[in-house]
Amino acid sequence: MEIYATLIAITESGLRLSVPLIFACLAGLWSERSGVVDIGLEGKMLAAAFAAAAAASATNSAVIGLAAGIIASVGFALIHGFAAISQRGNQIVSGVAINMLAAGLTALVGNAWYAQGGRTPPLEGDARFQPLTWPGAEIIDQIPVIGPLYAHILSGHSALAYCALIATILSGFVLARTRFGLRLRAVGENPAAVDTAGVSVTKLRYAAVIIAGVLCGFGGAYLSLGQAAGFLTNMTAGKGFIALAALIFAKWRAWPAFWTCLLFGLLDAVAIRLQGVVVPGIGQIPVQAIQALPYLMTVVLLAGFIGKAIPPKASGLPYVKER
Amino acid sequence: MSAPIELPKWADVSLVPVLAVIVAFLVAGLVVLGIGESPVRASILLVQGALGSGEGIGYTLYYATNFIFTGLAVAVAFHAGLFNIGGEGQATMGGLGAALICLKLDFLPWWIVLPLAIMGAMAFGAVWAFIPGWLQVKRGSHVVITTIMFNFLAATLVVYLLVNVIGKPGSMSPETRVFEASAHLPYLHEALAAFGITIPQSPLNLSFVIALVASFLVWLLIWHTKLGYAIRTVGHSPSAATYAGISIGKITMITMAISGALAGLLAVNEILGVQGRLLLEFSSGYGFIGIAVALMGRAHPLGIILAAILFGMLYQGGTELSFEMPRVTRDMIVAISGLVILFAGALDGLIRRPMAGAFARLLKSEG
Amino acid sequence: MAGQAPAISLSSIDKRFGEVRANKDVNLTVARGSVHGIVGENGAGKSTLMSILYGFYEADRGEIRINGNLVRIRSPKEAIANGIGMVHQHFMLVEPLSVIENVMLGAEGGAMLAKGEAKMRAALAKLSADYGLAIDPDAIVGELPVGLQQRVEILKALVRGAEILILDEPTAVLTPDEAEQLFALLHALAGQGKTIVLITHKLHEIMAVTDHVSVMRRGEMVATLETAATSPAELADRMVGRHVLLDVSKGPAHPGAVRLTVENLVIRDAHGSLKVKNINFSLRAGEILGLAGVAGNGQSELLEALAGIIQPTLGRILLDGDDLALTAPTPADRRTHGVLHIPEDRQRMGLVSAFSAAESMILGFQSEVAFGSGPMLSTEAVRAHTETQMEAYDIRPRDPSLKTSKFSGGNQQKIVLAREIEHHPKVLLVGQPTRGVDVGAIEFIHKRLIALRDAGVAILLVSVELDEIMSLSDRIIVMCGGVITGERTPETTNDRDLGLLMAGVTERAA
Repeated sequence: MEIYATLIAITESGLRLSVPLIFACLAGLWSERSGVVDIGLEGKMLAAAFAAAAAASATNSAVIGLAAGIIASVGFALIHGFAAISQRGNQIVSGVAINMLAAGLTALVGNAWYAQGGRTPPLEGDARFQPLTWPGAEIIDQIPVIGPLYAHILSGHSALAYCALIATILSGFVLARTRFGLRLRAVGENPAAVDTAGVSVTKLRYAAVIIAGVLCGFGGAYLSLGQAAGFLTNMTAGKGFIALAALIFAKWRAWPAFWTCLLFGLLDAVAIRLQGVVVPGIGQIPVQAIQALPYLMTVVLLAGFIGKAIPPKASGLPYVKER
Repeated sequence: MSAPIELPKWADVSLVPVLAVIVAFLVAGLVVLGIGESPVRASILLVQGALGSGEGIGYTLYYATNFIFTGLAVAVAFHAGLFNIGGEGQATMGGLGAALICLKLDFLPWWIVLPLAIMGAMAFGAVWAFIPGWLQVKRGSHVVITTIMFNFLAATLVVYLLVNVIGKPGSMSPETRVFEASAHLPYLHEALAAFGITIPQSPLNLSFVIALVASFLVWLLIWHTKLGYAIRTVGHSPSAATYAGISIGKITMITMAISGALAGLLAVNEILGVQGRLLLEFSSGYGFIGIAVALMGRAHPLGIILAAILFGMLYQGGTELSFEMPRVTRDMIVAISGLVILFAGALDGLIRRPMAGAFARLLKSEG
Repeated sequence: MAGQAPAISLSSIDKRFGEVRANKDVNLTVARGSVHGIVGENGAGKSTLMSILYGFYEADRGEIRINGNLVRIRSPKEAIANGIGMVHQHFMLVEPLSVIENVMLGAEGGAMLAKGEAKMRAALAKLSADYGLAIDPDAIVGELPVGLQQRVEILKALVRGAEILILDEPTAVLTPDEAEQLFALLHALAGQGKTIVLITHKLHEIMAVTDHVSVMRRGEMVATLETAATSPAELADRMVGRHVLLDVSKGPAHPGAVRLTVENLVIRDAHGSLKVKNINFSLRAGEILGLAGVAGNGQSELLEALAGIIQPTLGRILLDGDDLALTAPTPADRRTHGVLHIPEDRQRMGLVSAFSAAESMILGFQSEVAFGSGPMLSTEAVRAHTETQMEAYDIRPRDPSLKTSKFSGGNQQKIVLAREIEHHPKVLLVGQPTRGVDVGAIEFIHKRLIALRDAGVAILLVSVELDEIMSLSDRIIVMCGGVITGERTPETTNDRDLGLLMAGVTERAA
């Protein structure tokens, strides 16, 4: 029974850790399916986390915080879009720039405003997205086996965590079933086909980049308003890049992205749990080995040793009409 | 629009980066203004901090050393049309390579340990870049993504080794023991003292000389060797390279290895020069700022040295500035780097296009 | 309805891309319900003209009338609205998507796909019944054979109600069978009153399927003819055209031993389509063998295979009896064996435009000891070498450090020529030596090639300029569709005869 409780606890924390990954991964999915490579997920999330915490601390409203996070993230997304789409600049360079700009600005402004070494003041009450407890969770928790599943896996997460699920459902649906989704899938593969069909490549790509901004906004806000109680310097700590790895692993598809992020989140939870723990018969499992897994798996997958991850054909390429 | 924007060469190498930096500073100035400080005073404090004292200059050049190495690493890859975004990881591995040599051999005299440790740093960095290059050539996975992943892999690998294998026995902090004196690359003030010259103390060490030599060698490599010719041919025109019988795959792998070796040298400055032990995160973002340095220096060693000194000034001046103006922390420099990358890299059309127009008008009115 | 108005009427269309004037004052009238061919060599301006009609580019000048009405077509969307559909040479398809998704793209019929999809399926079913255009709507386009992919393109146009259908080099990727099917379909469509514009450089297709044919050359519309009243020879004649060449004086050739032998050579391109189909020829020392043909008939692939840049699928290339695949497989090895190459496309292959003239002057020879010992490259030696060459070949301006792209076409070509000739070729492969080159440089280049022949070099000259072939060659072979359609000597042939061979007509012309 104790093992079961541990499993439930690890899963619960894995779910929490996977939420920002899901948002960032879906953001990358929208952007890259439209043909705009986005290695600036990290920066956009960081900017959003800061803006959300700052706004929430000023207004004591988590919702206003979320809105601010989205606005900040979309702002950075538009810089990337302008560079990548309108200026036909190098998308990798632009992504690197956005990551550095966000890392620098959030720490700088955070320190200047709050003088707490880059932190925002701790948030509490309405300034955070509190865990939502589902009806009867406390009582049902007492039921063996099923109870904890309801109380800790289904119930007990912040509203934003449920938003991650909704975002996945919506992304999958819109991409597969709507006109916008069809055009978007097409533009990342062969923009000329979209252009000759009389549809604007530029508008589609900007739309995708903005959606990526909104999703990163959610992811960042979750970090500072849901998972933690405030902003910490560099609190994304590479999550944007893990999301990028997950995106590759999911072969740029919405539901596989969701599951991959869950997996990566769980791995992270396991790594945290196993820190310093001696597993009988095996000894101490190096935590770093588990932490390295997402990256290692991505490298191996990209190299085609297991399966093959083929990015959208036109991703990274500015669209220029050919003669 | 698809044609590259043609500018006179001198404008391309000097005016464009200078304008990009000016724009970046203007934006940064607005940020400083936004947090309620005077950009003018901040600039004065920054320059004073960086150049106002012998010690300040020493620190500036010490930071510049790191930027020269990572800037050269990015630049060499640029010449072959490759984007090595993995300077962080390659530097980290360089540190590991240097540390392994020192831990095993630092009982030997310096003239054996130091060269070996330097080569160890280069070799580990080279391997860490060669693998992504090899994967691109043989398996088709793109260097950019692989090097990003390799940054994290290097970080976790070194953490594991420091915690479990090579860490200082009995210590909780993840770092190795301090190396023997024979594995210490002399500070410049020590080295010059041997000749009776006294300069203020600073972490500036002989790595700076290595960095200058490396710059010269890169210049020699790119413009005065057959390999450099092949690298540039691949970078400018893969089809011409094929015609000329130059193997694109081979050049890709060699170039990545050279690039990684240069990034690995960062560890010489930090680990052999200053820290005297391997510890976590000594590369602290220098690898990424190397991208800004390479873009600003237009991938030319001389430009890179100048850009590296500028960023060294920003680092050192920024540190001093943050004492005087606690509201303006050194994070400012990271933001400025981001802006420089943006304006000298992804958005350089914003600067080049109006300039090309201006030059065209100038030529017309003359002719 | 404007009953008698032509379906398409273009007048005075002009289009410039930077320095290049791709369309010069072009006029074209296409009658409704007809199949109208447009022929011309690569780069003659056919595709540009059709891209203007389809709204992909806007003309700098000129008028477009559709069914007699003056229209402005600024985007493909407006072209579609005017009943124009286009099947591009490179299919505008999204490979990972299904047929139905590709057909729907841009004509979805609502924000949600489900409703439009049902309608589209019905429309596809009807078209497939009307024209025999059967296709599985749920197949993934990338997995279909090219013939079916093209069918998807045609369906895309028809579903959008195209009355005018433009096809750009539609048979380039098709097998002969597929091409036959396509032509049958085009006839059926024309029979139903649709107007078909067929762009091609294959003359037998024009003869087989069109009612009228217009010939373009160097951006200009040079003739519009009734197909029944013309012949492949006449078309070839008008397509290739001629510019005034200064007479090349040359003495008789003194061919020596056989240098280069090509045996049963078969070449597939990267996409696997057959470009050279089992050809044989030999080349002697001291002769110029001219290889004539309309561009795109396998000459480029042959040249690249001989230079070691691409590997042939089958067959052997022998130099002095040795199989080059064994003795010198790579371009670098070929060079050291004396097989030198002036490539067809100097911008893309022969030079690096971003390099200085001096750097371009050693492309392919950068490893030679003369340019630096060991790993070093001596800029002084390269510069001195370049200065000598610039003098010898009169390359202007005489500035070795000037960027290659700043030289004129003729001077760029002279850089390539000087570089290759000065390395003492046994065999010189020459592709389009005077393309984009001014008259003065043409004469210079021709004289050099003759002098080289007289010095005993075996020269293979690939050119689409018939005059160049006729005046330089000692023997002439003609390629069409990847095979050699005939061999002649300049004395025993004429333009008309060569034109027929270029068109794939192998019977001897009267």
